Amino acid sequence: MTAFLNSPKKTELIGFVLLAAVILLVLPGITDAFRLNMVGKYLTYAFVAVGLVLCWGSAGILSLGQGIFFGLGGYCMAMFLKLEASTPEATSIQSTPGIPDFMDWNQITALPAFWEPFHSFAFTILAVVAVPAILAFVIGFAMFTRRVGGVYFAIITQAIAAILTILIIGQQGYTGGVNGITDLRTLNGWDIRTDSAKTILYFVNAALLLGVIGLSMAVRSSKLGRILVALRDKEDRVRFSGYDVAAFKIFVFCFAAAISGIGGAMFTLQVGFMSPTFVGIVPSIEMVIFCAVGGRHSLIGAVYGTLLVNFGKTTFSESFPELWLFAMGGLFIAVVMAFPNGLAGLYKSHAEPLLERFFAKAGERRVGSAEAPAPIAE
Amino acid sequence: MFADYSWSELGSIFAMQGFAGLVLFSVFVLMALGLAIIFGQMGVINMAHGEFMILGAYVTYLTTNVVEAVVPGLMPVSFFVAMVLAFFAAGALGMLVEMGMIRFLYKRPLDTLLATWGLSLILQQTYRTIFGAREVGVTLPDWMMGSLPLTDIIEIPINGLIVMAITLAITLAVAFIMFRSRFGAQVRAVVQNRAMAGAVGIDTERVDRLTFGLGCGIAGIAGSAFTMIGSTGPSSGQLYIVDTFLVVVFGGATSLIGTVASAFTISQAQSTMEFFLSGSMAKVLTLLTVVGILMLRPQGLFVLKVRR
Repeated sequence: MTAFLNSPKKTELIGFVLLAAVILLVLPGITDAFRLNMVGKYLTYAFVAVGLVLCWGSAGILSLGQGIFFGLGGYCMAMFLKLEASTPEATSIQSTPGIPDFMDWNQITALPAFWEPFHSFAFTILAVVAVPAILAFVIGFAMFTRRVGGVYFAIITQAIAAILTILIIGQQGYTGGVNGITDLRTLNGWDIRTDSAKTILYFVNAALLLGVIGLSMAVRSSKLGRILVALRDKEDRVRFSGYDVAAFKIFVFCFAAAISGIGGAMFTLQVGFMSPTFVGIVPSIEMVIFCAVGGRHSLIGAVYGTLLVNFGKTTFSESFPELWLFAMGGLFIAVVMAFPNGLAGLYKSHAEPLLERFFAKAGERRVGSAEAPAPIAE
Repeated sequence: MFADYSWSELGSIFAMQGFAGLVLFSVFVLMALGLAIIFGQMGVINMAHGEFMILGAYVTYLTTNVVEAVVPGLMPVSFFVAMVLAFFAAGALGMLVEMGMIRFLYKRPLDTLLATWGLSLILQQTYRTIFGAREVGVTLPDWMMGSLPLTDIIEIPINGLIVMAITLAITLAVAFIMFRSRFGAQVRAVVQNRAMAGAVGIDTERVDRLTFGLGCGIAGIAGSAFTMIGSTGPSSGQLYIVDTFLVVVFGGATSLIGTVASAFTISQAQSTMEFFLSGSMAKVLTLLTVVGILMLRPQGLFVLKVRR
């Protein structure tokens, strides 16, 4: 049993199975429909956190603009849903029926060309992944081939997040402005606002998240994943060994962006709107803290970190709104100064030795794993 | 877009927008100078820089209120007293932060970024708890208000002129400190080669602390100057942090002249465009151009050549 626990691959697998049990069985079991929808919303942020584990934890690229990709994915889905909600019959009181209501309010009389393709569901699904990935490719190609990294990359991504927010808010007629795209009703005729639809969407979201984590695990355990770690720790040596460092960085950045896009689309579906508040600098940095709290090297930890911080945020802002920013700020500082490896690091240094001793003592005796705290794989 | 205006009107528009740009330029320079010292010289990303500015603004607000209530006769010079106090308050807080947090993180720049972001959240909430969520304005002495008419159309606001004068003075002072004083020589030595600087007897930790304090102090002055042209709220600092970082990076992080040059370019571009486009589009275009140029020339406009 001890040897079994020590093997890193097996630990990760156990962690994955436990995580699946937590999000598919435990959380739906103990929460009502309203809270479950909220958990589902948090889990969409976990897509971003998982992307950051790959990008920041594995490859050492800290992007402060992951909200861009989350937002783009979310906006793509929102545009599709909005077009579906704006049929000529439903919008017959507008001066131009058949276009989204906010366009009508802004004296726009025809659907802008970039909205047209979003009539198609297949195109939307593609765009949710492709639009963030393409933008990430452009940014990554420009930056990484010129060997810009570290803090410069962080600042530039942050600036791009700022630009996108200003653009969305400024171009009210095309994007819905500061309110975002609201009043979304149906997905291909299926009402997404009912409790049953929200429950189904929760499970779709959870399954997608688990799939993404599985895929990310595969990436990390492949040779590609090991090169990412190598270039994080000694970029020059990897370059001198003949690898094209930029290509690997661009890949992982695009991958993280695509994942975040999926998260954004699921967010729109579950919450029923998308707005620039999820795109800008502040949400982008908050997403980094989700990842940091969970442990920047742990895919599974990122999910727990996201859940924990968001539960904390909801609880605090319901009862002590004053204290939330103090708690959040303290969390940032603590996670950097005291627990650089987050929850996963704490598990590894405190819970794992305990577990090992427990299993060593128990020997052949059958033990239930239900009592053990949820392991977070490194 | 020029068709609706006559030539003399156009000239005046450019003059007025140019002046507005100069005021914006002064503010950018003040904000960016402190950051250029901290980021450029020490390589530390201080995301709480905006909050140090706001500290300066609140110190100014408090000082002028106290002076107005206790010794109204001193009102004409209260602003300058406040500015000095703002420098020392922000500088002292900066040195405390360096001692308690930053110095453990010099080897991990990305983590500094997160930790200082946390600090900025805490400072924001502190301001909100103490001063309330509403924006506050500073009562300026009478002689700082009003404007000088230059021609029929062009009017030059006095507070803008004062901000520019302060900026000039601070820039010259920083240039003197960095390039003509013993302390500046030590700072530059530490930046260029920390190990050698330590080996020749420079107390590098002390230099780090004072440099960080100086940068934060200048942020305090910037915040103080800022109260002349705008009001201050608990989260005003966050609005400027991206602009400021872009100014510093665009200018070439290690070059103070570069910082001034890039502040000039960005502010002029933005304020001139603001007249013809909406404010948000002007900002988007400016930022996009800056980001685009940085992608082509990541090292910024001016580069300090150092052998490492």
